[in-house]
Order: sequence, then C-alpha cells, then structure tokens
Amino acid sequence: MTRYIVIRLLNALVVVIGVSLLVFLLTRAVGNPVDVMLPIEATDEERARLTHQLGLDDPLYTQLADYSVGVIRGDFGKSWWQGTPALELAMERVPYTLKLSGIAFIIAIIFAIPLGVLSALRPRSWLDKITSTTAMLGICVPNFWLGLLLILIFANTLGWFPTSGTGGWRYMVLPSVALAVLPLGRITQIVRSAMMEQLRELYVVTARSKGLAEWLVVTRHALKNAGITIITMSGWELGRMLAGYTVVIEVVFGLPGLGHLIIDAINYQDFPLLQALTFVIAVTINLLNLIIDLSYPLFNPRVKFD
Amino acid sequence: MESKAAAACVYEDEIRDSRPRFYALRYMSRKMVKDRLALYAFIFLVLVLFVSIAAPLVSPYDQATGDVWERLKPPVWSEGGSPEHLLGTDQQGRDVLSRIIWGGRVSLRVGFIVVVLAAAVGVFLGLLAGYAGGKTEIIIMQMVDIQFAFPGMLVALVFVMVLGPGEFNLILALAFNGWMVFARMARGLVLTYRNGPLVEAAEAIGVKPLKIMFRHILPNIFSPLMTLFVLEVARIILAEATMSFLGYGIQPPTSSWGLMIGEGRSYFPMAWWLVVFPGVAIALSVWALNIFSNWLSTVMDPLQKGQSAE
Repeated sequence: MTRYIVIRLLNALVVVIGVSLLVFLLTRAVGNPVDVMLPIEATDEERARLTHQLGLDDPLYTQLADYSVGVIRGDFGKSWWQGTPALELAMERVPYTLKLSGIAFIIAIIFAIPLGVLSALRPRSWLDKITSTTAMLGICVPNFWLGLLLILIFANTLGWFPTSGTGGWRYMVLPSVALAVLPLGRITQIVRSAMMEQLRELYVVTARSKGLAEWLVVTRHALKNAGITIITMSGWELGRMLAGYTVVIEVVFGLPGLGHLIIDAINYQDFPLLQALTFVIAVTINLLNLIIDLSYPLFNPRVKFD
Repeated sequence: MESKAAAACVYEDEIRDSRPRFYALRYMSRKMVKDRLALYAFIFLVLVLFVSIAAPLVSPYDQATGDVWERLKPPVWSEGGSPEHLLGTDQQGRDVLSRIIWGGRVSLRVGFIVVVLAAAVGVFLGLLAGYAGGKTEIIIMQMVDIQFAFPGMLVALVFVMVLGPGEFNLILALAFNGWMVFARMARGLVLTYRNGPLVEAAEAIGVKPLKIMFRHILPNIFSPLMTLFVLEVARIILAEATMSFLGYGIQPPTSSWGLMIGEGRSYFPMAWWLVVFPGVAIALSVWALNIFSNWLSTVMDPLQKGQSAE
C-alpha cells in the first residue's frame, strides 16, 4: 500500500514536472512579452532594461535553472501583471473554484446516480428514454452557451438570480447549474451502462432468488460493484471541470476563480503566474486521481495495491 | 440480391471480425431506417456537410461584410425583422444565417483535420505500443498517461498564446491534446490480436512488422476506432467553439459558431439571436455526431448488437 502510494506520487511528480517544463518552454518561445507590458512609445533602452530585469536575456538553461530552484523552494517569482508572488495569487483563487466545482459536482452526482440506476433497471421504458435523451443533450450543449441562456431566462427575464459577480448563495446558483449539466449527462450515461452490465451478472440472480429485497439487490450488490467504474469516470469529470470547464463558466459569469485568472495571465502574458497556475492545477488533478484510485478497495475488497 | 442478404447473415454470425464491409452497407442502411433517431441525425449531418461545402453558393450574403444600416435586425418572425435576413443581423449588419453557414464550414474543417491528425499519430503509436510491447510499450503508454493527467484546456490556451491565435495554430493545439485517446484505444484493441493466430500466421510466413501492424491488425480494429473518430470530431467541435468564444480560436472577420457567441455576448440579452442561433447549431451538430457514433458502434461492432436501441 505505502509502496503503491509512493510510486503513484512519483508518477504524479513526473507529470507535474512534465507539464511545468512544457509550459516553461512554450512561454519562452513567445516573442518578447515586454512588448505587451510596456506602452507602445517605450524606447529601445527601456525595453532592454525590462527584458534584463525579468531575466529574459539570460540563456535558456540559466532561466530554466533559476526557475527550477525557485519551484523547489515554492517560489514561482512575482507576477509581472500584479507584482505580488505568483503562487499566492494562484492559491487565493483555489477555494473559489473548488467551491464552484464542488457544488456543480454534487448537483451532477445527486441527479446522475438515481437517474442512471432507474433507467438501467427499466431499459427502453419512457423514463429511460427521457433520461437518455436528456443526458445526451447535456453532453452536446456547449456550457458557455447554456450559461448565457440561463442568464437570459433566470436573471434578465425572470429576475430570480443575479446575472454575474459574487455575493451570497444566489450568485452561485446559475454558474453551478451551467457547470453541472455536462458532467451530469456523462455520469448518467456511465451509471446506466455500468449498472446494466452488473445487473446481468449471476450474483444478481442469486441475490434475487434468495429473496433479497429488490432495492437491496440494486444498492448493496449491483451499485457497489459498479462503483469503481462510476467513481473513476466521475473523477475524470471532476478533473476536467477543474482544469477546463470552469475557465469558460467563470468568464461568462465574471467569477474570480482560477479559470478567470488563467485567461488574465494569458492576456497579460504573465509567465510566472501561468507557471504557478499550471503547477497548482496539475498537482490538484493528480492528487484527485490518486484519491480515486485509493478508494477502490471500498467498492471491491479484492483490489490490492502492490 | 439473394446473395447480399445471405452475406448480411454471415456478417451477423461473425463475432470477432469487426472489419467494415461494403457488402454490409445494405444491412447498415436497413438498420438505420429502423433506428429513427440515427436516421434523423444522419440526414442532419449530410445536410450540414452539404451546406458547408457549398457555402459560397448557398449562403445568402457574404460572411464578412455587413450593411451598417441593417444593424441588429431581429429574426424574421420577431417584430422589426425582415425576410431579407431570416435569422437577423449582427452588430455590423452581417447576416446571421450566412455567418452560421460559413461558421459550420470552419467548425467541420477544424474538427475533421484535428481528429485526422490526432488519430494518425495516436493510432500509429498505439499500434506500435501494442505490437512491439516491452520498453516501447512502457514508454509510449507512460506518455499517454502523462498527457491524460495534463490540464488540456490550459495547455491549449498556452499553445495559442505562444503561436498566436488563428485556425492553423488552433488545430495544432487541439491535435496535441487529442492523440492519446486514440493511442490508448488502439493499444487496447491490438492486445486482443497480438497473441492470436492472425498475427502468428503472418509472422510465420515472414511478413514485416510494419505490414503486420497496418495490413493485418489495423483493419481488424478499424470499426471501434471509427466510432471514436466520430465522437472525437464532436468533442473537438465543442473545444473549437469554446476556444473561439474565449477569443483564442478563429479570428474575426472569419465566422465561427463559438466566435459568433463570443461577439454577440456584448449585445446580449437584447440581441438574443446573436447568441441563441449559433449555440443551437453547435448543439445540434454535436448531438447528431454523438447519435451517429452510437449507431455506428452498434452496427459495426457485432459484439454490441444485442444492445442496439432499435
């Protein structure tokens, strides 16, 4: 078990280093970000001075060495755009994005599991047809567009919720719903197919024939065995949400999360901030995957880590 | 006719062989007519494809030039709309319908090229990993795992920031994030054949490894890859729309569904048609591709026949 965790952590380390290195090399390939940072009328001298200050005129390996030493000390340098430590800037936004994704994920799970289970129990019934069609729609509708439609209907027309910004719980409703729909659709499909697979198994026949109540057969036997598939795929969805979907949702609703910061960092060509963000997101996703893998024995005691 | 029907029966009896066969086209078309949803999706896709290819002929107006006097006209059925612009006009007086037609061209093109690139690289590496085994396999699959743990959207955005926005760079960025899906699937499929009689026989008569991979293994694992291909096109169309919406994909004045929503957002919610129609176009296309892919997997993969939703 410990050995497994160590190996997985080493693997995660390789991924984090890989992503960081990729982003590092990519950002160094950009023309000179100084052009974006200084006004157009800046003289060549001013440009050269700023380039030197940022260390951009050093050879690539020196820059990489400086960067690596910094990362090991947890120092990504100061954000060029804000002038404050980049890692702090990124970490400040983490709770907000986690909260948003967490709420959206809970919404998705709460609806997806019962809907998926019910439609697997009665395949081709009207409930199954409605559920499958809705799930498919959830996957096909672009989430930023859905967000705009929700604003149009529930904020502008009905006035139930605010259009954008932050504040009380009312501000979280529309963004989390817009964010939840895609994972909701996917997880419903996954639950349905995983459950259908399990319900064909012989142990279900045994459980039924010994007179076990149907809901126990479904929850204690079939659902538990489908658990590994469900939790793996759901975990992927959560990962994609954190590293992708939130970007566009936060932009649409003007929310101060990680995703919005990514867009800002890209607009200002703020390399230290981008590197810090990449690091934070890569670490989060890898930890998430590890936690999911470690949860397997809860569903299937035969899973051993070695 | 008789022989074709017989051939279809043979097709149904075969379990392992999942090669697409042209004599099975009749069987497939029969399946499609039975599966109404798939039929509608297919018709829609053909329509979109046709309209996109023929965009210069069918689009009523130019995509890039507008008439300032005709700015922000609502669709024809709303008050103030005119039959000259069926879906209204945008902030520069450009015809929304024409821009949707031209935008479809871009979305399909980007989706198709990205997935062709991603599939070519991914399938080759997957075949290689599965066939060669050993260190090659470990290295390739480790790369795949690393890529899966990448924050894809972030990497794509950084890619575009570095290379500059535009269609070509967008294609590169998206293809870079898409190959590993194919590699993982191809490798998994190769493993079922790797130690089977098919490969053994080919090796015994001295067929070269590359030829075994492409002539003997690839055709047998082709149909699940085909299904994945269609599904990936749908995913890439969504990704293209998202990137263009954020301003890092297709650049104005070229039209793209995502870009239209992004531009129309400033005039939202008054000019709702600028946002609603391109979104419907995206959703319908992605939906049709998903349905088509589902149908393809039930028809082409004999193992899944029992589960088809006819």
